[in-house]
Amino acid sequence: MTVDFAQEARVRIETRVNGRTIRAEVPARLSLVEWLRDELGLTGSHVGCEHGVCGACTIVVDGSCLRGCLMFAAQADGCDVETIEGAVASGRLAALQEAFYRHAALQCGFCTSGMLLTAAELLARERNPGRQRIREELSGNYCRCTGYQSIVDAVEVAARAQQEENGS
Amino acid sequence: MKPALFSYAAPRSLDEALVLLAEHADDAQILAGGQSLAPMLNLRLAAPDWLIDVNRVPGLDVIEETAEGLRVGAMTRQNALLDHVADAPDWSLLAQAIPHVAHRGIRNRGTIGGSVALADPAAEAPACAIALDAVIRLASVRGEREVPASDFFLGLYETAREPDEMIVAVFYPRPAPGWLFGFDEVARRRGDYALAGLCAGMRVEEAFVRDARLVFFAVGDRPTRARVAEDALIGRNVADIAARAAACAAARAGIEVMPGGDCGVEYKRRLVGVLLERQLARFEAMGGDRDG
Amino acid sequence: MEARAPSGEIGRARPDARTRRFLAGCGRFTGDTRPVGALHACFLRSPHANARILKIDAQAARRAPGVEAVFLSDDLARACKSWRTVSTAFPGLVSPTQRPLAQDRVAFQGEPVALVVAESRALAEDAAELIEVEYEPLPAMADYRRGLEEDAPLAHPETGSNRAWSLDVATGDVEAAFAQAACVVEDEIVFSRHTGVPLEPRTILASFDPSAQRLEARISHQMPHQMQAHLADLLDLPMSRVRVVAADVGGGFGVKMHVYPEEIAVCAATRLLGRSVLFVADRVESMLSDVHAREHVVRARMAVSDEGRITAFDIDDLHGIGAYSVYPRSSTMETVMAIRAMGAPYRFEAYRARANVVFQNKAMTGQYRSVGHPIAATVTERLVDRAARALGVDPLAFRRANYVRPQDMPLVNPAGLRLLDLSHEACLDRMMALLDYEALRGEIEEGRASGRIIGLGFAAFVEMTASGTEVYGQAGVPVAAVDTVTLALEPDGSLKAAASVAEIGQGIGQGIAQILAEGVGVPVESVEVALGDTASAPHGGGAWSSRGAAIGGEAAWGAARKLRGAILEVAAALTQEAADALDIVAGGVVDASGRERMTLRALAETVHFRGHELPEGVQAQLAVAHSYRRERDAAIPTNGIQASLVEIDGDTGIIRCRKHWVVEDCGRVVNPLLVDGQIRGGVVQGLGAALFEECRYDGAGEFLSASLADYLLPMAFETPDIEIAHVETPYSGSVIGAKGAGECGTCAAAAAFLNAVNDAIAPQGASISATPVTPERVLRALGRINGEGAP
Repeated sequence: MTVDFAQEARVRIETRVNGRTIRAEVPARLSLVEWLRDELGLTGSHVGCEHGVCGACTIVVDGSCLRGCLMFAAQADGCDVETIEGAVASGRLAALQEAFYRHAALQCGFCTSGMLLTAAELLARERNPGRQRIREELSGNYCRCTGYQSIVDAVEVAARAQQEENGS
Repeated sequence: MKPALFSYAAPRSLDEALVLLAEHADDAQILAGGQSLAPMLNLRLAAPDWLIDVNRVPGLDVIEETAEGLRVGAMTRQNALLDHVADAPDWSLLAQAIPHVAHRGIRNRGTIGGSVALADPAAEAPACAIALDAVIRLASVRGEREVPASDFFLGLYETAREPDEMIVAVFYPRPAPGWLFGFDEVARRRGDYALAGLCAGMRVEEAFVRDARLVFFAVGDRPTRARVAEDALIGRNVADIAARAAACAAARAGIEVMPGGDCGVEYKRRLVGVLLERQLARFEAMGGDRDG
Repeated sequence: MEARAPSGEIGRARPDARTRRFLAGCGRFTGDTRPVGALHACFLRSPHANARILKIDAQAARRAPGVEAVFLSDDLARACKSWRTVSTAFPGLVSPTQRPLAQDRVAFQGEPVALVVAESRALAEDAAELIEVEYEPLPAMADYRRGLEEDAPLAHPETGSNRAWSLDVATGDVEAAFAQAACVVEDEIVFSRHTGVPLEPRTILASFDPSAQRLEARISHQMPHQMQAHLADLLDLPMSRVRVVAADVGGGFGVKMHVYPEEIAVCAATRLLGRSVLFVADRVESMLSDVHAREHVVRARMAVSDEGRITAFDIDDLHGIGAYSVYPRSSTMETVMAIRAMGAPYRFEAYRARANVVFQNKAMTGQYRSVGHPIAATVTERLVDRAARALGVDPLAFRRANYVRPQDMPLVNPAGLRLLDLSHEACLDRMMALLDYEALRGEIEEGRASGRIIGLGFAAFVEMTASGTEVYGQAGVPVAAVDTVTLALEPDGSLKAAASVAEIGQGIGQGIAQILAEGVGVPVESVEVALGDTASAPHGGGAWSSRGAAIGGEAAWGAARKLRGAILEVAAALTQEAADALDIVAGGVVDASGRERMTLRALAETVHFRGHELPEGVQAQLAVAHSYRRERDAAIPTNGIQASLVEIDGDTGIIRCRKHWVVEDCGRVVNPLLVDGQIRGGVVQGLGAALFEECRYDGAGEFLSASLADYLLPMAFETPDIEIAHVETPYSGSVIGAKGAGECGTCAAAAAFLNAVNDAIAPQGASISATPVTPERVLRALGRINGEGAP
């Protein structure tokens, strides 16, 4: 069959994704998270609501976490994009990953990428967030499984580990 | 939940953006942070022919602070402004209000100009702009103009911006000595749109109220000053309980509540009184501090 | 019955090894993989709650860019059958026939009308907008409280009534009990409709191989085997040619245990097209079409004797189930559990209940975590608190005086529940210690004295778990309640298992691995358990009714002991020792002195690679299977008590749950870390229902809360810390003694919370009997809005 994409506006982009430069032509209406998942195979970012509420698609763009469903791939031209895969590979999430694992801070795992990246941004900004502060910063990421407490525990423990590391 | 087809342009200069806007004014949407527009596109509640992405326009995200005030480029991200004003006493209203804008991931992308342009009646930025007596700077191929925030918000998602104009900056004049500011809102959950909110400014000299700007949001179809309540306070001592009660009663009675949503008119009206009463108590404490 | 070996892996708190992959961004959810050339599905859905379809014109859509096909109801009828929910457990149940796409009438907003299959989801959505449907709107049956009135609009015009089913239960002399009561309390409690909202939406990737007539469905589902059976039936294929794979499932909670029109439509489409088709429900269509639950209004009375003993309950339940009774299990299962679990923690003599189940022009309802129990727990515990208050006794003392005690069991109570192995008083003792009850009461009184509105509420509960074979078997519904584990020793000494229970995030794979490790005598790291693929896992139940440990665990234990026996037989032949003088410890065969005689690796290598070294006549059986069917008790009761501490802002009505406690008895705890995670998650789902969640429809049946900006879920900031303690009373009818643990958190959280709210506002003479408890409801109850009263 013939596929007619004639109407679909396409945009040429050059984007750094997890440290690699990617040149691509993307449909203008394609969201960043879908491009990463469907075209680049980076399926660690998940799509939970597509209207910016659930946080499952959290992606780091130019150093800040944002919603991958509320940014178009076309807008990533010239940006530095880091997904959960890149953040894991860099080792910067290691303390959080371990704390999440030990505290069973995930069950189904669908929210986990977003939780990790959001928690990492908090820990990069604040040395010693308390439980309520952690809850506040994670309040834009939905988890149906854990009831959040184990996630808060894990972030608290990772913050402590980070402090000790920095202190020594 | 995918957007309908649109043509996309990402101009690299303000002029280019304004030309595009002039050309497609009636069937274009400006894409700023996209934190409200992208959901509407995804849900196909908005389906413009053109999307003019102004994220590439240089210089629109600059924050300039002078003796006169704070000029915030329209594309300044909410969190960038928050970082700038975090410890600045003159901008305490912004510092208090911005953390209530959704969640970090949204604030990292959402812009001040975008929020002001959208004019969601429950948003914080428009109410802050009025309470700080800000000026909205607009540009088009026809030139630039300034509109006081108090004249900018005309109704539900309705502003004084013409279709071919875009906001380039919001200018917050530095408050004169004696101005105190407070922010509060009531929301079901952290980061939700408020059920009702208040941006309050009050100039206090020797414990007397000299001027006031009480801006309620998430109540009517736009952020609204409670002028009668302000008048009830001006000239009175911040500790004057009777004047405060009169102001609360006036605010409650005078405010226009937009019906709809999942909470009732009477409830919102009550929140208006509660928010003001609490804020006035805080002002009393703050005014006292300054005197001390 | 064989005694269980002491100590070891069963009971050890261990993180779930499976979760490592999610932490590395390497999950394998259904939507993560797709074959090249897979097509994307989009459904055109009804905008009306109730309407006749007069005409559908799909010509423009068929010509739209990227479109492979547009299917209407008749098109799919060539590839699959229709279905109708019937059950001998619910005689008289009237549920209309369902098809993958609506035929000539739509019965709820969001019902699929047409299926577009295109090169991308966006193109499919573009095309769907081009389909023109002419509807004749009919009056919508939205307010189910009017559903049984003479002139109520009919949810299904072809039926004469909105009544889907009704249930009457009567035991003992209820009239006499109420006539003789020293105290009668009553309430009418309104429960809002809410839904499960798993973060991963329903997803299916279906492929059909026309040459072999084989269907493969990769689906985010709780019961792959059940889907295999239904797909085979509805598409008229032998089960052997239907493979269902549930890879990582991003939450289920009951939402993903049904047969939905969309999934069947996608399988029919892939069969007609011979190409893979992917359907990922977006969030709005998930909200519109996932099963909802728990829309009830219950009028309830309870009689208490002059000794302060509960003597009778009288219940009238009206339950709105939406447009259809969900296939295959029926939405009425919730009605039954709500009615049967009333009063369950307590002794009473007489019970009368009527339940009317009403069709509505709303989304289907179905089993949602802790099916029906939250209704029963909330009603019961409201009445119990009301009685304690009326009698002027401490609410915990009142509960203690009325609990079903160990000496009362086993007991079939007047509501028809068979109760055994429960530990109410022990749980209460534990709770009082956990709370430091007297001190906490003191703090609350102090707070109240300074004007704060604070309350502490309790809810005791019984949760029926791990349903046995008779539940659906007697109903004639093809649902497996038998589970099987296959287990084999690999040449390197590791264990390869496959189980018919399913993983949806609850950690059952880890639990099964621990049971297998202890049962055989190997380190847990050497056990790998495969779940969720009908091509490798034996037929069985999947994930429902908190059954994994209680049923799947027994199957695992049986398989482990079989394999252990088989290994020891080989070891005996190789070592010239008697098999019963040998044991397996930490992956090695040891003799009576504890000396290791050989590693399992050495043994397995011998068997697999050097069989000729085995003595004559030894046929090693290092691959075993074990099935487990529980032979008594239709369900295993569990029990416990929850407590909730709330504070209300009397100016704004905003409620904060400050802290929540759970003491529960799920029998033997296989993995405390994971069980506690189940409880916490369940509690927060219950609190969500009590505080925030509501599927709101207007009077015309239009859904008003289809986005997550409108349907409020509990998030981290509003959620309290939850303290948990366990009392372990092993189930007496199994080896391990585990009971279900997955749903008890949800069972009573809302009940405890609602009691706490009422405890908080009772000093003001106010009460609330509806959930969610919105700020506005609180202020209305307190009389602070209605135009009166200054802040």
